[in-house]
Amino acid sequence: MEFFDNLALGFSTALLVQNVVYCFVGVLLGTMVGVLPGIGPTATVAMLLPITFNFEPVTALIMLAGIYYGAQYGGSTTAILINLPGESSAAVTALDGHEMARQGRAGPALAAAAIGSFIAGTVATVVLAVAAPPLARVALKFGPAEYFSLVLLGLIVSIALARGSALKALAMIALGVLLGTVGQDIYTGTPRFVFDRRELYGGIDFVSVAVGMFGVAEILRNLENEQARTAIVSRVKNLWPTREDRRRIVGPILRGTGLGAGLGILPGGGHVLASFTSYAVEKRVSKRQQEFGRGAIEGVAGPESANNAAAQTSFIPLLTLGLPAHPVMALMVGAFIVHGITPGPNVITDEPALFWGLIASMWIGNVLLVVLNLPLIGLWVRMLRIPYQVLFPMIVLFAAIGTYSLGFNAYDVYAIVFFGILGYILIKCGCEPAPLLLGFVLGPLLEENLRRALIISRGDASVFLTRPISAALLALAVAALVVAALPAIRKRREIVFTEED
Amino acid sequence: MERRRSLPDVLAGMIFVLIGGAFVAGSLGYELGTPLRMGPGAFPLLVGAIVAALGLAIVVKGLVAGEVISFGPIPWRAVVLIVAALLFFGFTVRGLGFVVTSAVTALLTTLASSRVRPLTAVAVAAGLTVAATLIFVVGLQLRIPLWGPWLGL
Repeated sequence: MEFFDNLALGFSTALLVQNVVYCFVGVLLGTMVGVLPGIGPTATVAMLLPITFNFEPVTALIMLAGIYYGAQYGGSTTAILINLPGESSAAVTALDGHEMARQGRAGPALAAAAIGSFIAGTVATVVLAVAAPPLARVALKFGPAEYFSLVLLGLIVSIALARGSALKALAMIALGVLLGTVGQDIYTGTPRFVFDRRELYGGIDFVSVAVGMFGVAEILRNLENEQARTAIVSRVKNLWPTREDRRRIVGPILRGTGLGAGLGILPGGGHVLASFTSYAVEKRVSKRQQEFGRGAIEGVAGPESANNAAAQTSFIPLLTLGLPAHPVMALMVGAFIVHGITPGPNVITDEPALFWGLIASMWIGNVLLVVLNLPLIGLWVRMLRIPYQVLFPMIVLFAAIGTYSLGFNAYDVYAIVFFGILGYILIKCGCEPAPLLLGFVLGPLLEENLRRALIISRGDASVFLTRPISAALLALAVAALVVAALPAIRKRREIVFTEED
Repeated sequence: MERRRSLPDVLAGMIFVLIGGAFVAGSLGYELGTPLRMGPGAFPLLVGAIVAALGLAIVVKGLVAGEVISFGPIPWRAVVLIVAALLFFGFTVRGLGFVVTSAVTALLTTLASSRVRPLTAVAVAAGLTVAATLIFVVGLQLRIPLWGPWLGL
């Protein structure tokens, strides 16, 4: 009964007082930034990352993970109540959720989202606990060639995360990898692209990249058109769904959970994809197709379950392979490294308490979210009245302080300016920032494994094709690239993504 | 989606070409090595070339059949003030100390909004400075002196 021993270890770690407290702080902050438009989980995690360096590693990761899935949760609240999805994955929830709210059924919509998310979170936590160990065992057999191909696959699949042109997403990934080469070369120690500044020898800090691209650039976008935020929110009453509602949400929740858990595992795939797919599936299988878009509770329960399940299982590639599937996880990779842990298949054997504790904390976090969200809904709604004029200076100031405190290096703050402006221009030109950050974090891994594989093979580049696992991964990467570039599929993706506007 | 000549596409592509090209030029100054032992310049050279090539493709596509994106206005006031605030922070945090640097940074940032009244800006900046000091220095024991040597205290 190894599985139960592991879970017991996990819960005994996660239930330590400080871990529960920081799990609570994490989901609370996550819900908050999920509710507030204009600040997302990536910028939040980037700002708070320096603070967590003083914590125990497991506590730090529990809190950061809490922010991530808490934000998925909070985003749905505003999507339903004021038709303003705080997170992109909640966009599809707004379609039917807000319609329900306008019909005076905001309560059941919120409850369906909460119940669905909770069930999905619970199931996905079990999936994570069951699927991660065998995957990690497979990954332990990976040599540098396999790792190189895997990272490449992860990067290419992450194009799916980006809206718009696949070509631009690919260019953003490559640009991220390129910027990751700044700093001392790992093998020879030669400083590269540092302009003779000793401050740059350690490379560009990924926190600066994240804060610049997701914090400052986003703020500039929001300041283009300032409008007073008027949140007209109807009172939420009758939280509990009727018997008819309960009957109608069972199927969507289960299907959404399955879909989300599956899609979440793809490295670079994601919760956004999961919620849109679930909506499409529910619309197709439903007997009441004409109700979709006019307040069908299935259109809330399904996607909400899917995105929560995917948020949970997207930790699988992170914990078993060290591959982040979301910008927040790219930041968590950094958190692992700061604490002296290399994320990857070794975590499970070297740090079992951390691994299982993190998994168990996700279930606890889901319980906390239900407790936090349903009764406190009024509080979240009131938070929407915080004026943006207070919010954005806080983000800038805290980001500057947090980034500076990483290494007391002013260049980390200057880097925010660079990435803020670069990110702003590129976002305005239709390039999404997420692939760049993933490329930036994974780039050094890509280079290291490429060079190491070539040293082992005595300079024979065919090693990537002659080793079967590596060849299979590369074939998948090529397939993913072809799929992303095919016009027919691209058109469908566009339809899916424009529905959210 | 309508497709025709698109300036944002061309601009984005040119940024990629420029940065990619700069890295290619820079990496030629480092040892390239052999496939067996790749030098420090090899990988940036390869990736830089890929970025530049993709950028070129985006430019070409933008001229023929680009994505139609409206570029929208640029909030110059916000760009200038936020950049100034961050540069000020990096430049003076050592010399002026935490409190003064935070206060000026917060004030500059607050003024980036075109809708804010001066008095409100001062109040917000003061509040944020107090909050930041309490959170980072008192609460988290960050090792940044409250008052810096430039103040001559």
